[in-house]
Amino acid sequence: MNFLKTTALVALMGSIAIPAMAEQRVLKLFTDASDPAPKAAFEQLVKGFEAENPDVKVEVNTFDHEGYKTAIRNFLTADSPDLANWYAGNRMAPFVNAGQFTDVSDVWEENGLKDSLGSALKSMTIDGKQWGVPYTYYQWGIYYNKDVYKKAGVDVPKTWDEFISNCKKFKEIGVDCLTTGTKALWPAAGIFDYLDLRTNGYDFHMKLTSGEIPWTDDRVKAVFAEWKKVLPYTTKNVAAIDWQDAVSNIVQGKAANYVMGNFAVATFKDGGMTNDTLGFMDFPTINPDIPRAEEAPTDTIHIPAGAKNKADAKKFLAYVARADVQTKMNEELGQLPINKNSSVGDDPYLQAGFKVLSTADGGIAQFFDRDAPAQMAKAGMEGFQEFMAYPDHLDAILERLEKVRQRVYKN
Amino acid sequence: MSEPRAETGIPAPRRRRLNRKLAPWLFLAPGALMFLIYVLIPIGESMWISFFQWDGLSAKHWIGIENYLELLDDDAFYTSLKNNLIWLVLYMLAIPFGLFIALFLNQTVRGIRIYKSLFFFPFVISQVVVGLIFSWFYAPGFGLFFELTKWLDGTGIAILANPNTVTYGIIAAGLWPQIAYCMILYLTGLNAVAPDQIEAARLDGAKGIKMLWYVVLPQLRPATFIAVVVTVIGALRSFDLVSIMTDGGPFGSSRVLSYYMYEQALSEYGYRMGYGAAIAVVLFAIMMIFISGFIWKMWRDERGL
Repeated sequence: MNFLKTTALVALMGSIAIPAMAEQRVLKLFTDASDPAPKAAFEQLVKGFEAENPDVKVEVNTFDHEGYKTAIRNFLTADSPDLANWYAGNRMAPFVNAGQFTDVSDVWEENGLKDSLGSALKSMTIDGKQWGVPYTYYQWGIYYNKDVYKKAGVDVPKTWDEFISNCKKFKEIGVDCLTTGTKALWPAAGIFDYLDLRTNGYDFHMKLTSGEIPWTDDRVKAVFAEWKKVLPYTTKNVAAIDWQDAVSNIVQGKAANYVMGNFAVATFKDGGMTNDTLGFMDFPTINPDIPRAEEAPTDTIHIPAGAKNKADAKKFLAYVARADVQTKMNEELGQLPINKNSSVGDDPYLQAGFKVLSTADGGIAQFFDRDAPAQMAKAGMEGFQEFMAYPDHLDAILERLEKVRQRVYKN
Repeated sequence: MSEPRAETGIPAPRRRRLNRKLAPWLFLAPGALMFLIYVLIPIGESMWISFFQWDGLSAKHWIGIENYLELLDDDAFYTSLKNNLIWLVLYMLAIPFGLFIALFLNQTVRGIRIYKSLFFFPFVISQVVVGLIFSWFYAPGFGLFFELTKWLDGTGIAILANPNTVTYGIIAAGLWPQIAYCMILYLTGLNAVAPDQIEAARLDGAKGIKMLWYVVLPQLRPATFIAVVVTVIGALRSFDLVSIMTDGGPFGSSRVLSYYMYEQALSEYGYRMGYGAAIAVVLFAIMMIFISGFIWKMWRDERGL
């Protein structure tokens, strides 16, 4: 009876295994690359890897971008893939601390990544070990409508004072100087980050986001004082609109400037803007004595602790880190490669971003919600949103944030 | 029937009594088991978790009642509590409105069925869709409502961007399907109104408001009871619309307890399972007040008190 069962089982398994090629190993990749460009980039990445490793089949499972953030906690603890997308900096800390990511320092060591991916080394390191491989980042800055600038008869500003004086001109022709959409909270944080980086500098910003500086500090208040200058010229009711809705304000010429990340370029162009009408500038200088710091969130790939095929997963990470691979992938993504030996596509926004980022001697921040721990980030971004609607609530907002800071960083 | 009696040795009446005692429990057992597994144990578990600090990944850390102490000092919690009360009060409007529409639709007019099905519509579509429709309706810049107010006052009112109006805007969206639900309940109730009583009342000269108040409404009491129950529970559970329309914003002013619980425990910036559980316990306690009230009322009715 037992013998019969075994032979039946073997026969059954054989019949499944033979058509699927007995030699092939499977590598499961979970990703949030659900938008068209990232999706194409990942398909191309996987094809390239499979071509070089014919004995490995990569199974890609694509999640919706927002849903992924919830899903990752479930699949890391329940049914791990071999590779998963995530973000650098404080965002990966909870998973590293909970032992859900594999230490990949050996991949960095063997492939000389500490040199070639040097700009991201700091944000990938926790406890002196590396926990993933970064493959792309993108600049933040101000995207503006060139036609509106022409109509108002103003130049692209270099300093914050010039920016504000431009705002008055924009107001005269009935255009909002600055627009944003903070329904999802984070766009407001982009403005805060830049104001803080320009007012107090990178080191202060990092200390603030890591909880070493009270929110009631005068230097924090100075940041909001700068912000207040531009509020009368900012689009009203931004709390009720999505960031894409604010893009249409720029496209339709109802607003002049938008503090955003480079991923928005595709949305601007979908709305009908071209390289002739859409401009990009670095955020203006506020305090000239402070070394210029920039904001460039980094996307990464990690090996979950529960991965079944770690050997091939490490091969995949080494592949993703390669200069030629990052060049090709970022061309598709429309973003910037991390590997310093990669080259950047001829897209003018990327060229501008590459120049801005590679000459930022102040430092490169991730983004408010990646630099600060989750709870602080949420409270902070709500505070920014409230400040934009009710600037006179500032003291109450800062006191609330201070209360959150004292609780969040206590542990 | 006489043979088994001789075999078991138990006299038939006693066995029948035993069967009668045992049978209801046997019938209840599957339901009770499900209730235990899916209701009682999770409630107990979430109470237990509320005493821990836990991110859902690492080890739990016992902190006693610290989560509850933090709740007492948490502005966001009071905002949610206040909004829940506003929901509870305003959601009750669904009952008179539902009754009114049901009375209107209960006329025997040609083509009334088409109207009826139109009124059913908001109840049939999903809350998510209702939320989307209303967010577009309110949207600054292109929403119909916004354009209308802009035409009236020149600047336009962005309901969902203003912390003073946002909750009312969401409740208005929630009332839409809830009124339809109450209407359905009342339409069913109206079918059961005894025609002979109407006839008798008419012979006595009652009509209009008097007929409604003294003859029809008393007969609609069971429907009203169910309408109150579902509306109270619907108001306390409100989550979908808040999530779809505002994500609790602007700056957390449209939060309700169930959404705040989700934010703290499961959302992108949350993962404080213990704190979320503590909020859930508070919400459960509030629900318990109403649920006990309803059960007490049902028990009294069954006793004929």
